[in-house]
Amino acid sequence: MLLSIVIFLPLLGVIAIALLRGLGASAIKGIALVIGLLTFIVSLGLYTGFDTTTATFQNVTQQAWIPGLGTSYHIGIDGISLWLVLLTTFLTPVCILAAWNSVEKGLSGFMMSLLALETGMLGVFCALDLFLFFVFWESMLIPMYFLIGIWGGERRIYATVKFVLYTMAGSALMLVGILALYFQNNNSFDLTTLSGPFEHSHLLFLAFFIAFAIKVPLFPFHTWLPDAHVEAPTVGSVILAGVLLKMGTYGIIRFCLPLFPDAATEFTPLIVPLAVIGIIYGALVAMVQPDLKKLVAYSSVSHLGFVVLGLFSKNPAGIQGSVLQMINHGLSTGALFLLVGMIYERRHSRMIVDFGGLAKGMPIFATIFMIVTLSSIGLPGLNGFVGEYMILFGSFVQGAFSKIYVVLATAGVILAAVYMLWMFQRVMFGTLDKTNEALPDLNAREIVVMLPILLFIVWIGVYPKPFLSKMEKSVGLVVTQVQTEPAVGRAGEQILQDTELALHGTQRAQNEKIEKEAETK
Amino acid sequence: MTIELIVVLLVAPLIGFLINGLLGKWLKGNEQLSGWIGSLAVLVSLVCSIIAFASLHGGAAPFDETLYEWITGESFAFNIGFRVDALTSVMLLVITGVGFLIHVYSIGYMHGDEGYTRYFAYLNLFVFAMLILVLGNNYLMMFVGWEGVGLCSYLLIGFWYEKQTATDAGKKAFIVNRIGDFGFLLGMFTLFAAFGTLDFASIFEAAEADNFQKVFGASTLVIATLLLFVGAIGKSAQIPLYVWLPDAMEGPTPVSALIHAATMVTAGVYMIARSAVLYNIAHTGEVVAWIGVLTAFFAATIALTQNDIKRILAYSTVSQLGYMFLGVGVGAYASGIFHLVTHAFFKGLMFLTAGSVMHAMANELDMRKMGGLKTKMPITHWTFLVGALAIAGFPFLSGFWSKDEILHSAWGSSPIIYVIGLVTAFLTAFYMFRLIFVTFYGESRVEPDVDSHLHESPPVMWVPLAILAIPSALIGLLLGWGGHESWFHHFTKSVFPEAHHDASGNVILFMVISSIVGLAGIAFAWSRYRERTPSDEPTNALHRLLANKYYVDEMYNALIVQPIKNGSHYLLWRIVDNGIIDGIVNGVGTIIRFIGGTLRRLQTGLVQVYIVSMVLGIVLFLAYYLFFT
Repeated sequence: MLLSIVIFLPLLGVIAIALLRGLGASAIKGIALVIGLLTFIVSLGLYTGFDTTTATFQNVTQQAWIPGLGTSYHIGIDGISLWLVLLTTFLTPVCILAAWNSVEKGLSGFMMSLLALETGMLGVFCALDLFLFFVFWESMLIPMYFLIGIWGGERRIYATVKFVLYTMAGSALMLVGILALYFQNNNSFDLTTLSGPFEHSHLLFLAFFIAFAIKVPLFPFHTWLPDAHVEAPTVGSVILAGVLLKMGTYGIIRFCLPLFPDAATEFTPLIVPLAVIGIIYGALVAMVQPDLKKLVAYSSVSHLGFVVLGLFSKNPAGIQGSVLQMINHGLSTGALFLLVGMIYERRHSRMIVDFGGLAKGMPIFATIFMIVTLSSIGLPGLNGFVGEYMILFGSFVQGAFSKIYVVLATAGVILAAVYMLWMFQRVMFGTLDKTNEALPDLNAREIVVMLPILLFIVWIGVYPKPFLSKMEKSVGLVVTQVQTEPAVGRAGEQILQDTELALHGTQRAQNEKIEKEAETK
Repeated sequence: MTIELIVVLLVAPLIGFLINGLLGKWLKGNEQLSGWIGSLAVLVSLVCSIIAFASLHGGAAPFDETLYEWITGESFAFNIGFRVDALTSVMLLVITGVGFLIHVYSIGYMHGDEGYTRYFAYLNLFVFAMLILVLGNNYLMMFVGWEGVGLCSYLLIGFWYEKQTATDAGKKAFIVNRIGDFGFLLGMFTLFAAFGTLDFASIFEAAEADNFQKVFGASTLVIATLLLFVGAIGKSAQIPLYVWLPDAMEGPTPVSALIHAATMVTAGVYMIARSAVLYNIAHTGEVVAWIGVLTAFFAATIALTQNDIKRILAYSTVSQLGYMFLGVGVGAYASGIFHLVTHAFFKGLMFLTAGSVMHAMANELDMRKMGGLKTKMPITHWTFLVGALAIAGFPFLSGFWSKDEILHSAWGSSPIIYVIGLVTAFLTAFYMFRLIFVTFYGESRVEPDVDSHLHESPPVMWVPLAILAIPSALIGLLLGWGGHESWFHHFTKSVFPEAHHDASGNVILFMVISSIVGLAGIAFAWSRYRERTPSDEPTNALHRLLANKYYVDEMYNALIVQPIKNGSHYLLWRIVDNGIIDGIVNGVGTIIRFIGGTLRRLQTGLVQVYIVSMVLGIVLFLAYYLFFT
């Protein structure tokens, strides 16, 4: 019940705004913010009531919906979706507050889209029924289409059509996959009753994976992202980078890995190189972007490459790191887009060359920007490091692929510093010209928008345990599901040997430790 | 020693950072207060360090405890934990001792600067990170501090952020260090793969156990130690990653003294000394020693021709770090760390005196525009002289002892390395006294308007100089008397494994040779620069090569930086991303539109056309059935 409230409370807000929008702008904003905050507070109940000792779904609700179709309203969360739900309910009120003064036309429509979007996203993360999942997945496209298409920049129509069509192309494939599973599952869409092995699992895996890879986006499916980000309004970008991209990686961990372990294993040698190319390619292309938003957009390609790498490492540290990195990326890239938006509202430009020396006139802005930058480049003590470290560590020590990929991915850490610090230098340092001198520093509302994000950036960096322990069991379950017997004809004996050696090493050291302890006793 | 003591030691500078960082706006009117808060925070750490040292010296067992679990799962555990043994304790005293004096000095040096509170906030944050680096009881903690000091270095080099060269230098430092960190990270992964932990105690114990070599062979450790060394090369500015350190002189001079001479840059040496057990088993010390001695020589040759005081000191630091690596590389871990300690004092002292000169000379750094400063700035002159004599290996001053120990051990490892080290010692004495003679002696070449303001620095600056001069002169004698039987070697004995080589040969003979070489360098500098200023233009090809630092920066720029930048811009972004990938994506759309557009023409709206095509279709179908089935 609690989960349903969380999912549909924003929709209630949509209705409330629709009915009461005659009351004026401040009422609309007030309703949106109250609903957003309320949803977040209610969703905290999911956190406090979460049972860390089990990997099964919690807060489950199952109601008959369209029995003739074999579909039901079946929702629930585990240690993975819990975090994505919380990320969504956290970022939405932040976005509402961030958009406080920036919407000039159609405020009610804007807020309604934002809240409807929240319901769609939450539904995707909670659905335990494939049909329901698909409905939420598609329904979330509509408000996003409006957000970019109505409140976006100059080329908004091109960007929004590209975004929607590209996603739908993937969804079409996924729909075929969902139907194929339906027929193999006694005409039921219920995710919890699905159990493999499935016929044509390779094709099914690809049908799901391509849909998710577009969403992530995995190289080379990423070109919709820079366009969408550049044209989207600030909060559109925040939601897009913060939550929407995670639907892709969430899909991989929820469907691709546990349902088709053999296929996942077999395609690993294809997917991991793409992830690593994405890490390095995204970083290099980000480095040379003249537009701040494009720079952050390409950096997302790089960061999400890390997440995909961790997922296909198929070991606890790597996957936990990936899930944590989904949250981290939502926080730090969300924050970056917010900051770019704040400076855009002042200067009406996002071109790096137009800036310089802002640290002098806007010290608070510069300080916050610096912290977020450091979070993004993975400085220890802040959130980004924990996720990245776990991904790289897990992939290296127990990863189901060659270490050379990990070495290359680690090199991406160098490049992240290059593109972020170079951008920071050009925007913040140097001398301040006349136009930029007049820009005011952040106001109280903007500081309030940023503070909670900074809090989590530091918290996860210093004490990630509450986050990790909640997801541990669920990730462990995924690991056991995906680590089946190696499929016949799996390419690369070397990979196996590498893994064995690494596992052996860990095992050996542990055995020795145990022996030693026994001796001392 | 208790965990509370360590936490206080560690957290005091963090609190200083938070006060100066968050309340900077309110402290701005009262810069003295801000400076003293920063200094006091480090003083607290210093007192705690002394307590920890006393307890260890009194025979207490090394401290090793976990504070809390950081990144943990079922198959891995990385904790926030501390280890204080003799090595840590020495580092703590250097960091907080030299650190405190430099904080006090900064109160005077930074007087009137717009970013005064920001400066002290960064400086405190640096001390905090540096303490994490040496206090950690596992490699990951070391890495956390490692990156933290890198950040502070970045912030402080680019402290005057309106200056392009300063921010460029900061960025360069961070990125070059990241290249080293790449090695450090992979080294950690390799170690974890072999040992299943990153805790020092467990790793060293397991590595020393005989069965480890049977299971893994030494190759794992060879790879791991070399990867870790890549990290050390970056942080401690060795060939080929030394290029960031000379540029780092863009930062305020006390920062150069603290971070880029006394503490942070020695982190690499600390790391290797900490991992002594692993380097001994893997026999990779030879690589370390060679890189070290070559860097020492290479950087010293560059220092010969520079005219910027701080740059000479910077190259000298690179060179001296090379000596330290030479020491730890040949297995003389205690000697390497001993040189780290003496160097921290005398090089910190020299940077601060250079700052004192800058303070008096309106930030002038070119020594060709100085000369004869001896009379105007007597304390600065005398303290600098002490530092220079110490680094030149003047008998019985601190550098003499530590450098001699290293050279002595090098002889036992390889005579060639010893000879290169000895030549470098000559060069060191020469370039340092070239600096002294040109700056403080001869006739004054100071511009008249600067000359009128020329003055000795205020007490808040010269008192730390005087205090630092004492250990710079005497600490070698106190700690190093007796060579390998000295107090320092005894104190650190428990941390380091036995060296491979035997320190054979006549100790006195080595000392005499070193002394002669050092004095010869001083004499040579006296003969050339007593009454002469360096020429403005390089006089021959070799001179030009050295004056331009072997064109290494230009080479890196042309071979690495520009190709990556242009390749990313034109090839990856314009051609691959916009052209090919997005071309295909949009191409799919265009093709579909094209097909749709073509098919649309069939829908003419003329009923006659539809009927004709229908009839045609029927005829074709009938024909097919009649003739082909």
